[in-house]
Amino acid sequence: MSKKMHITLTVNGKEEEFLAEPRELLIYTLRERLNITGPHIGCETSHCGACTVTLNGKSVKSCTMFVAQANGAEVTTIEGMGGPDALHPLQEAFKEHHGLQCGYCTPGMITRAAKLLEENPNPTEEDVRFGIAGNLCRCTGYQNIVKSILAAAATMNAAKEAAE
Amino acid sequence: MIPAPFDYYRPNDMAGVLALLSEHGDDARVMAGGHSLIPMMKLRMADVPHLIDLQDVEGLSGITVADGSVRIGAMTTQAEIIDHAGLTQVAPIMKEAALQIADPQVRYMGTVGGNVANGDPGNDMPGLMQCLDAHFTLVGKDGERTVAARAFYEAAYMTARTDEEVLTAVTFRATSGGYAYEKQKRKIGDYATAAAAVLITKEGGTCTAASIAMTNLSDVPVFSADAGAALVGSSVDDEAIKAAKEAMLGDIDPSEDNRGPVAFKRHVAGVILARAITRAWSRA
Ligand SMILES: Cc1cc2nc3c(=O)[nH]c(=O)nc-3n(C[C@H](O)[C@H](O)[C@H](O)COP(=O)(O)OP(=O)(O)OC[C@H]3O[C@@H](n4cnc5c(N)ncnc54)[C@H](O)[C@@H]3O)c2cc1C
Ligand code: FES
Ligand code: FES
Repeated sequence: MSKKMHITLTVNGKEEEFLAEPRELLIYTLRERLNITGPHIGCETSHCGACTVTLNGKSVKSCTMFVAQANGAEVTTIEGMGGPDALHPLQEAFKEHHGLQCGYCTPGMITRAAKLLEENPNPTEEDVRFGIAGNLCRCTGYQNIVKSILAAAATMNAAKEAAE
Repeated sequence: MIPAPFDYYRPNDMAGVLALLSEHGDDARVMAGGHSLIPMMKLRMADVPHLIDLQDVEGLSGITVADGSVRIGAMTTQAEIIDHAGLTQVAPIMKEAALQIADPQVRYMGTVGGNVANGDPGNDMPGLMQCLDAHFTLVGKDGERTVAARAFYEAAYMTARTDEEVLTAVTFRATSGGYAYEKQKRKIGDYATAAAAVLITKEGGTCTAASIAMTNLSDVPVFSADAGAALVGSSVDDEAIKAAKEAMLGDIDPSEDNRGPVAFKRHVAGVILARAITRAWSRA
C-alpha cells in the first residue's frame, strides 16, 4: 500500500471527496467507489473504449488513468447525459436505429459520440467512423451505430436551428 | 490489472520535477499522458515507486511557429498537433502522422514528448523526427542541452536522455516541398508493421533534396540517408524509387514478431516507402 491521497472529483456535476491510493484506476473509482456503473470494463488494456468518459473536455479511457491524475477534474459519464425520463438525442437515436445489441459498448460509444458531435456537429459517415475508432463493438458491425450518430447529429442541429 | 503501489507527485514547476528526480534517482519516473507508461505499470512490466506527473508543470505545452522554425512543447498532445492550423501550414507531415497514431481517446492524452522519449521502436514520432532532422531539448540539474533526434536513439528504450533529465521540447525547421507519412498497421490503434516518413523538394521536375526515415523496422528509428540520396538528381521515376527502396532495405533490421516474419516486414517496408515517395512527389 502506498499513502492514501485526498481526492476531489466532480462527476456528472456532483462533487465527490474521498481518500484513495494514487494507483486506483479511474474506472474502478467510478464503478466500485461511486457506484457509477455506466462506464464498463471491456479489455482493461486501453483498446476497447468501453470505459470511455469525458474528462475535462476530452474523451478518455478511464482504465488508463490513475485517480491521482484525475484529481480535481470534471468527469461526465453516460449517467450525466440523460436518463430514462429524458434521453439525450444520442440515446434516443441509438434506441430508434438499433445502435446496440448487447449494449456493453454503448455507454462508451455514446459518451465518445457526444464529444465527437461537439467538435464536429456535421460529420460525414467517414468522420464518424474515424471518430469512434477507439470504441470496439462485438455485436452490431458498426453499421447501425454510425447511422444512429448521424441521425442524432441531424436532430441536434435541427433543435439548435429551431432555438435560434 | 492493478499496478504496484507508488507515491504520486504533481509539481508545478521544473525545479520541483528535477528535485524529485535527483532525490529518488532510478526509483522515480516522469509521466506525461501515461498512455505508454500506465499500460506497462498495469502489466507490472514497469515498476515506478515514485511517479512524477508533469501535467501541471508550467511552460511544457504549446506550439510556436516563428521565423521558419517550429517548437513543440513536450506536453503537447497528438490531438493539439492535429488541430493546430499554423503547424499544419509549415509542417503538414505532423498532422498526417499524428492522425495515424492510435485512436481518438489516446490522441487526447498521448504527448509528443512521451512519444519521442519513450524509446519504443513502435512509436511513430521518433521516425518522423529523424525525417525532420529535429532536435530535442533536455533539462537536467546541470542545465539545458540539445540533442539531435538522429543521435538520440541508442537501442530499444535506451536513449541519450539520462534518468535525471526531462525532455522539454522538440524543434525543427519548417518544411517545404512534398511530404508523406505512410503507415501499414493491422487495425486502427495498432503500431506500425512498417511506416515511412518522406520529405521531397522538387525543382523543374528534378528532385533536389529528400529525407527518408522508417519506423518499427529496427530497435531504433531508421534515418536512411542513402535512400534519400538515391532520389536526388532523378525525376523520381520507377528506377529511382527502386534504388531508394534498395538503399532503405540495407539500413533496416526488422525482427520477427506477431506482425510477421522478417521477409514479410522487408516486403511491406518496400511497398510503404514506394507509396510514401509517390505521394510526397505528387505534392512537391
Ligand atoms: C491503444 C493504444 C494504441 C497506441 N498506438 C500508437 C501508435 O500507433 N503509434 C504511436 O506512436 N504510439 C501509440 N500509442 C502510444 C501513445 O501514443 C503514447 O501516448 C505515447 O507513446 C507516449 O506518450 P505519453 O504522453 O502517453 O507518455 P507516457 O506514457 O506518460 O510516458 C512514456 C515514457 O516516456 C517518459 N516521458 C514522458 N514524457 C517525458 C518527458 N517530457 N521527458 C522525459 N521522459 C518522458 C516516461 O517516463 C515514460 O517512460 C498507443 C497507445 C495505446 C494505449
Ligand atoms: S476497458 Fe478501458 S479501453 Fe477497454
Ligand atoms: S452492442 Fe454488444 S458490444 Fe456493442
